[in-house]
Amino acid sequence: MKVRRPKLTLLDRLYLPQILAGMWRTLKHIPRKKFTRQYPEEKFKLLGKYRGAPTLVRNQAGQVKCVSCQLCEFVCPPKAIRVLPGRRDDSAPAEARIEKEPEDFIIDMTRCIYCGQCEEVCPEQAIFLKQDFAVTGYKRSELEFHKDKLLELGGIHDDPICKWKKK
Amino acid sequence: MSVENVNLTIDGRAVQAAVGTNLIEAARLAGIEIPHFCYHPKLAIAGNCRMCLVEVGLPQLGPDRKPVLDAQGQPRVNFGPKLIIACNTTVSEGMVVLTRTPRVIKARRGVMEFLLINHPLDCPICDQAGECRLQELAVDYGQGCSRFVEEKEHKPKRVVLNEKITLDDERCILCSRCIRFMRDVAGQDCLGFVKRGSRSTLASYPGREPATNYDLNIVDLCPVGALTSTDFRFRQRVWFLKETASICPHCATGCNTTIWSREGVVYRQTPRDNAAINQCWMCDYGRLNYKFINDPDRLTAPQLGRQDATWADAIAHVAERLAAVRAAGSKIAGLGSACATTEELFLFAKLFQALESGLLDSVPRTDIADNFLLNADRNPNMRGAQLAGVAANPPGSRIAEIAAGIERGEIKALLVLGEDAVAAGLRAELLAKLDLLVVLDILPGATTDAAHVVLPGVSFAEKGGTFINAKGRVQKINPALAAPGQARPEWEILRNLLAAVSKAWKKPAPDFPSLGKVFAALADETPALKGWTWEDIGSEGRDL
Ligand code: SF4
Ligand code: SF4
Ligand code: SF4
Ligand code: SF4
Ligand code: FES
Repeated sequence: MKVRRPKLTLLDRLYLPQILAGMWRTLKHIPRKKFTRQYPEEKFKLLGKYRGAPTLVRNQAGQVKCVSCQLCEFVCPPKAIRVLPGRRDDSAPAEARIEKEPEDFIIDMTRCIYCGQCEEVCPEQAIFLKQDFAVTGYKRSELEFHKDKLLELGGIHDDPICKWKKK
Repeated sequence: MSVENVNLTIDGRAVQAAVGTNLIEAARLAGIEIPHFCYHPKLAIAGNCRMCLVEVGLPQLGPDRKPVLDAQGQPRVNFGPKLIIACNTTVSEGMVVLTRTPRVIKARRGVMEFLLINHPLDCPICDQAGECRLQELAVDYGQGCSRFVEEKEHKPKRVVLNEKITLDDERCILCSRCIRFMRDVAGQDCLGFVKRGSRSTLASYPGREPATNYDLNIVDLCPVGALTSTDFRFRQRVWFLKETASICPHCATGCNTTIWSREGVVYRQTPRDNAAINQCWMCDYGRLNYKFINDPDRLTAPQLGRQDATWADAIAHVAERLAAVRAAGSKIAGLGSACATTEELFLFAKLFQALESGLLDSVPRTDIADNFLLNADRNPNMRGAQLAGVAANPPGSRIAEIAAGIERGEIKALLVLGEDAVAAGLRAELLAKLDLLVVLDILPGATTDAAHVVLPGVSFAEKGGTFINAKGRVQKINPALAAPGQARPEWEILRNLLAAVSKAWKKPAPDFPSLGKVFAALADETPALKGWTWEDIGSEGRDL
């Protein structure tokens, strides 16, 4: 196929008016308000309902809320969660009736799709999706978050129910 | 013996049931499930949970003891004013049972509400969750939210009943199944309820905790998570576990079992119903004896003189060395374990036929029997070993002959299938005299240490095959897990060995592409199994 060259007018061929028009457009923006963001140093402001990476939380008494019931492991669509069930130290009196706590809790962040099913299904309100959506690392193994890391990210959940107190 | 049948109607369906059948079983015949907790077909009837309430009507009888007919010519049925429990009511002629009327449903909802009053919210940490009758029936008849505003009754948790069982009294629904099992089946009357009313608590008689070989059956019997197996406690949720029908390989009774595994790890074994063998029980010795399957020391690669080798090299080496031993005029002997499947023992015997040697035996293993399930013969397949011609008569009687042959230097090669030759009496000094010691086993031991060639086999949970129990019932095992590493089912190893030896001896090698074909050949050559096919052996086995 042969492409026909457009016929240029004198003005077009002068070239200068186009350059000036372009420069004028750029100059117009200089005094205006900036909307460029320095991502990733500068984060987005997200809506409260935004679902990011899942984390584990502790209750107000500092105890791990998760009881390793493995429902989240069962429900997770991409099978990102792996729970190694464990027993809780019997000697601690306040938490004596909880009995179970995960030995390890692994979420593979390369698999997680931030769907929130785990938070939805958890009978103990122990897993919450926080707003961090950009989980990065240099190695795959860095993106396998273990119990300690997940608890650190999750922090304390201010649960008004305090189930462990009523046991 | 002829059994008299009676006709009755359950929810409009005509049912024929033998005299003496209770209504739960009669309804089961009609495909109707009557919810129940305390009833168990193999236990005495207690009638204490009241979950099985139904409406029962009986035909009105005239003075001539004939049913009175109504205007339509149908027998007139009189319903009682109260609901009655199905588990303790037997069928009778003309009976009419209604299991889904509003009155019955209301009664069930009431029973459920009472059962849940003091029940803890333990499902997330309860091992029974997922196979809990209370959970299941709460879905059908529960309220969704509780009307109980008072303080719940708290009872002991984590009671160590004995070293095998942990009891959580809060979860107990007081059905008394465990009490009846220990008293009537296990023969140790040690459990009972203490305190009264909502404080009733299951406890064992002080200083007399359950101490039989059948205690763990009460964990299976318990409809809720009150009795839990300490071994299985908190290890895995049941909904992840894959069930595989199997046979317990620890004595000649051959209890039918289910292996529960996930991703190559066995978590527990439970009995599987078989009225002809084990009813629905199994002994604790067999049940807990599965840890060796996931032993980290399992043999996973063939070894030639302590060095890992490929299968092809190992098999070729064995065939070559056996030919050399034969060429030198020495004898070849074999020890085939009666823990191996009949197919493996058959191939083992075939291999010795090809080697033109009859120096074969199995190692007997006896221990004390109890008068219930546990057999004195701790080999699961001695009948199979005899049928295949591996075990001498009586078993073990040729071991001394083999030992003497090695001592004299006549026997220069020994093939060991799944057996510890050293423990069986062939001392390490004797084994050192051999030119060739080939061992097929799953775990390292004194015999594999002495072996020139080690061929890694698999455990009973990783292969198919048949066991023949003491009473002559042929039963199948099925693979639940994949073989670890390069380990292969013994029947495959023996088949390849047989093919290699036949080639070296320039004999036609039989071709066994599948286990079914091995069984077909076995059935063909064994009069007792004439005409059997692999498919003939159902999940409950078949008698010889
Ligand atoms: S958010 Fe969804 S994908 Fe991620 S761990 Fe939870 S259930 Fe799995
Ligand atoms: S996070 Fe919640 S759902 Fe997941 S195992 Fe723990 S308690 Fe169960
Ligand atoms: S016994 Fe059943 S209902 Fe009760 S806590 Fe356990 S699973 Fe839940
Ligand atoms: S412990 Fe289990 S089997 Fe025994 S009475 Fe309680 S609920 Fe029934
Ligand atoms: S099953 Fe009938 S009363 Fe419990």
